[in-house]
Amino acid sequence: MIDVFVGIDLGSTTTKAVVLDNDGNVIGRGITNSRSNYDVAALIVREEAFVRTRFTLVERSIGVDAGVISALERNLKLQQHLELLARLQEAMSMLAAGPKHRGHAGDLKTRLDEIAAGMEPLARQHFAAGATRRSDFFRDLAAADYMHLAEQLADPKHIAFDVLCGVFDAAILAVENLPVEHAFERHIGAALEATLAEHPDCDADGLRRAVEEARGEELVELETVGTGYGRARLPFPKEQIRSEILCHGLGAHAMFPETRTVLDIGGQDTKAIQVDASGIVTSFQMNDRCAAGCGRYLGYIADEMNLALHELGPLAQESRTRVKINSTCTVFAGAELRERLSLGQKREDILSGLHRAIILRAMSLLARSGGINDQLTFTGGVARNPAAVAALRDLVGENYGARTINTSPDSIYTGSLGAALFALRAAERKAA
Amino acid sequence: MSAVRKEDSMLLQKQMMSDHYDRLASAHDEGRKVVYTFVPGNLNELVRSFGLLPVLPEINALQSGLRKKSGEYIAEAEKNGHSEDVCTYVKCDIGMLKKGNIGPTGTQLPKPDLLLLSYTGCFTFLKWFELLREEYGDVPVAMLHVPYQANGRIEPHQRDYVVQQMRTEVIPKLEQVSGRAYDEDRLREMLRLSARAEDDLVWTLESAKRTPSPIDAYFGGVHYIGPIFSAFRGTQGAVDYYTALRAEVQERLDAGQGPVTPEGPMGTEKYRLVVEGPPNWTSFREFWKMFYDEGAVFVASTYTKVGGLYDRGFRHDPDHPLETLADYCLGCYTNLGLPTRVDLLEQYINDYNADGFLVNSVKSCNSFSVGQLMMLRQLEERTGVPGVFIENDLVDPRYFSAANIKNRIESYLQMLDQKRGKAA
Repeated sequence: MIDVFVGIDLGSTTTKAVVLDNDGNVIGRGITNSRSNYDVAALIVREEAFVRTRFTLVERSIGVDAGVISALERNLKLQQHLELLARLQEAMSMLAAGPKHRGHAGDLKTRLDEIAAGMEPLARQHFAAGATRRSDFFRDLAAADYMHLAEQLADPKHIAFDVLCGVFDAAILAVENLPVEHAFERHIGAALEATLAEHPDCDADGLRRAVEEARGEELVELETVGTGYGRARLPFPKEQIRSEILCHGLGAHAMFPETRTVLDIGGQDTKAIQVDASGIVTSFQMNDRCAAGCGRYLGYIADEMNLALHELGPLAQESRTRVKINSTCTVFAGAELRERLSLGQKREDILSGLHRAIILRAMSLLARSGGINDQLTFTGGVARNPAAVAALRDLVGENYGARTINTSPDSIYTGSLGAALFALRAAERKAA
Repeated sequence: MSAVRKEDSMLLQKQMMSDHYDRLASAHDEGRKVVYTFVPGNLNELVRSFGLLPVLPEINALQSGLRKKSGEYIAEAEKNGHSEDVCTYVKCDIGMLKKGNIGPTGTQLPKPDLLLLSYTGCFTFLKWFELLREEYGDVPVAMLHVPYQANGRIEPHQRDYVVQQMRTEVIPKLEQVSGRAYDEDRLREMLRLSARAEDDLVWTLESAKRTPSPIDAYFGGVHYIGPIFSAFRGTQGAVDYYTALRAEVQERLDAGQGPVTPEGPMGTEKYRLVVEGPPNWTSFREFWKMFYDEGAVFVASTYTKVGGLYDRGFRHDPDHPLETLADYCLGCYTNLGLPTRVDLLEQYINDYNADGFLVNSVKSCNSFSVGQLMMLRQLEERTGVPGVFIENDLVDPRYFSAANIKNRIESYLQMLDQKRGKAA
């Protein structure tokens, strides 16, 4: 039995969770798309973080063999994906049998079954050793596979593509609104066998024992704190809800203790936060009603360019001639992009300009919040984008001179880390 | 939610307003003339001493905001070519006019017989009355130029300048419109009534120095200043209102109670805040709730000084009628320079023992909003008390973003908690 402390950050785009142990070590993280249902997003992300927590327990008991553990994790993800795929097929069958499709129910069902049958091998490819995935979310992967197959199997005279799209849209909503429980406990068996087949030389008995222990371990969630845009939806009492500004401040302080200024660019918010030596917020500024230049903007741009979000930054970094862009309006993003492409400007140059424009907007908020004090920590989903980080380094250098700028691959979890630390502190206070 | 709780004084004020608008509706039929004029630096006693009735366009605009009519009026004004960036009070007023000039209580507003422009600190006032003159055709305009308090004090030559304009410009026009001669004794009598009401207003505002504060000096405060800032200063009605208000607040003081919110008596006072800037009127209750739900009470506000800094000692003085009106115009909050405003806020933070302060920055009001970030920084430096900056608007419902504003307020209050070390 181990005590855990959970922080959940319900963002506008993604929901994140961090699990801490008694000593404040991060032992689990989870992320999911926020979907239309914050309640379910919170349940799912907690489950994801608990799955990762159990992997940490496996790592701790057998020592880290990174290759084997990551294979185990990947195989478990495949099992989770297949489970959701089965749910998706079930939901689609129900929809096909509904009143809307009375005229062509039988044919529609056949077509949907064909698509579902084609999706399974694609899923296995996504989670094969060495494969890279466009996204970590079931929704994104399933949608891409489904659309790909539906395009091939649709028949304009009979079961048209838009009918198939309509079924998917309704079915994915149903699937996403169902919580998933005990994913580790239910799927680790199959994942383990697959992993042992991939790694015949590993210490199979040791791994089995460690997995069994991790599966049986009781995780006692002593305290939970929620934050982010959907925080009011969390089924917690008010004292367990914290503002994301405080959580980002504390999270950034925990990751980089010398942090004095935090820049957080999330899905629809940009926040400039000043913190003291203990991570306590002393002042902050955030964007007004308009979400121009936030993460969602990059999302639209990626969609317009038919790229995955994580491909944007590296492409922008290939630019040799930056295009100057002033508008970062999310709504006009597509129009602006198409116009520039039609002028013959290169994608990478446009993207480079876009990244600079985003950071220019953030610079104004930073200035308003009290400037950039050493050290600056960049958090939120956009901090994972190398072109955004590079633009920030340039502009900070130009405007403030030498400053240490911290980023981390886990930057997207900063808010949930802060929330989890608040949870731990609350538990310590109660115990005292 | 149960029925909205209102203090007795609020009901009394509502009746006063309703009676006033009724009088305005029948004014022309009864042979009475009306003067349009603005709140900051208004010459209410002088206007009324001629038997004229005042109409205050900002009050109409904010009342339209409170009654959820402003969105429609602003859209109407924009249809008539007024830009999105124009002051929303102006657009609300113009839109109301275009839609038939039905006032906030549902009665017809009369055409002005005189536009009395005393533009105190706000240069938009000039443009506003230019527009009204265009709309109403041939209406006489009396212009009172009130010089800006650049040195942080009223200079004798400024007072003389304003008094001279009253003698040569304002009084002759009022005589002409009303057909009556200037009656200084009558004016003195009204100024005497003003000073009595002002005493009770100051007592009420300063009651917030007590912990817990028996009033919310912002959300309640905007009601408390209603009669004295608008059409009632210098009337017995205002004196009676402030007597009743004082008694009501005294009762809460004696009982150790906090303010009355729309949902009943406020819970425990957890945060004492000072605020700079006007409130939002279109989501007034929703905005207030964001504070009282958290136990935050406003103990002092600068907005409640736009119609006079009575709490800094100014009283209308019946012995020097025109000079006192000049001092009043020159001394309104909107006529003060930034350093004076910072000094005032600093005093409020200290005198009222505030935990924090809010800058409610209004998109469409340049005269308030310019320099507010600098004010915030200076105040933080001088007092060590942290401030928070919120972006909002007066009466354009499109500019009230509830989630964004709530996020900032909650973050700020939690930050205060954290600073106090109350919460981890």
